[in-house]
Amino acid sequence: MSATENLLTTPLNTLHLELGARMVPFAGYSMPVQYPAGLVAEHHHTRTAAGLFDVSHMGQLRLTGPDAAAAFESLMPVDVIGLGLHKQRYGLLLNDEGGIIDDLMFVNRGNDLFVIVNGACKHGDLAHIQSRIGQRCTIEPQFDRALLALQGPQAVTALARLLPGVEQLVFMTGMPAIWQGADLYVTRSGYTGEDGFEISLPASAADAFARALLAQPEVKPIGLGARNSLRLEAGLCLYGNDIDTSTTPVEANLNWAMQKVRRTGGARAGGFSGADKVLAQLGGTQPVQRLRVGLVGLERVPVREHVELHNEAGQKVGEVTSGLLAPTADKPVALAYVQAEYAAVGTRLNAMVRGKAVPMEVSPLPFVPNRYHRG
Amino acid sequence: MSLKYTEDHEWINVEGNVAIVGITHHAQDALGDVVFVDLPEVGKSFAQKDVAGVVESVKAAADVYMPVTGEITEVNEELRNDPSLANSDPLGRGWFFKVKLAQPSEVDALLDETAYNKFSAG
Repeated sequence: MSATENLLTTPLNTLHLELGARMVPFAGYSMPVQYPAGLVAEHHHTRTAAGLFDVSHMGQLRLTGPDAAAAFESLMPVDVIGLGLHKQRYGLLLNDEGGIIDDLMFVNRGNDLFVIVNGACKHGDLAHIQSRIGQRCTIEPQFDRALLALQGPQAVTALARLLPGVEQLVFMTGMPAIWQGADLYVTRSGYTGEDGFEISLPASAADAFARALLAQPEVKPIGLGARNSLRLEAGLCLYGNDIDTSTTPVEANLNWAMQKVRRTGGARAGGFSGADKVLAQLGGTQPVQRLRVGLVGLERVPVREHVELHNEAGQKVGEVTSGLLAPTADKPVALAYVQAEYAAVGTRLNAMVRGKAVPMEVSPLPFVPNRYHRG
Repeated sequence: MSLKYTEDHEWINVEGNVAIVGITHHAQDALGDVVFVDLPEVGKSFAQKDVAGVVESVKAAADVYMPVTGEITEVNEELRNDPSLANSDPLGRGWFFKVKLAQPSEVDALLDETAYNKFSAG
């Protein structure tokens, strides 16, 4: 009882309760884990129509000032300066050992850098960013703003009825919009592998906007349970499970997120926290001991986080960090860290589930093809 | 017929010296969509409160405990093939296994429906 009393609520709390959501504590908030339709139905609805997610627990920040992009670049192995107007990019805050403090999304909005970070990390991220670059730019947390995601192949149809023009966005771009007098910022992005949008808006407009979306025939509310199964099928990392301060971007198989301009030989190589280690790992002078991989189960047994992975000889060579019986892929899937020599696609490993060996195979990611709208 | 319940959210229906065991409506509701069950081997014996099986939804896994001491005489192969029966018909086609009672008196100490409903509501 006391645990729930201390929880924060999002601007959609009344709506969640009205919709019959089962609420759980998550990142300090009371959040809907599922609605009466249930996790699997919500998962399939998102893959076939459009699902509405309340992700208002996530942290929104603005960085402003002439030096903001250069300053933000000093925290991440990512090209911030070269990002075009209203373009969005995936970023990684690193500590001085190259470990991942958080993963995030940011947009160049011209007058600011708009950053979205994980809910459970937002206060730590803010303190980190303030302490490292607070002298070089203005950092404005907007933790009171709401964030909604509308995901799925029919998301564009539903959202364009409320916000004409969003259909012209392509994946990883954004635009400002006004709805009933409220300032919105919309990006074509998400955490499901589907086409879709994320909408930042004032808390005061969130309930009415969410109800307007739910009134569209394509749209149903989706809880955190399906959000997790959708992101895992899309091969996307969950901070705290699949990446954390003990994993580097190279170990996490996130090399694609580190643009050439920041790598050895690039015009702005290095100069970010943890660069010595990360660049040495990228260049191969400091080979990684373990790598994040995807695994598919060869038997219909779910394999969950913390399950050990053994080689043919019965030695532990890795551990699962996320895993479930995937509703769309229709088989067990997992993300895991394995010793580098077991990371090749097709490698057979045994997952030790309740003392029994369940065969799995290293698989390409994602487990379900992405369907982003690239224009 | 005497349907009894455990605090681990199993039901047991005793007929003579054999009982049918499943998970309760409350248990399946709390788990959500059941996607996998691990059933015990026929012929294997368990003590009361031993873990005899596993039931998993997409989001969670839960152990199924033996409500009584005894030997497994039959398991529900239909449930193995279609785990969603544990949601749609938990007290019927979603049964888990049958057990031959070794100590029938254990049943008397289990919860009746009124006591179970009170327990699971609290």
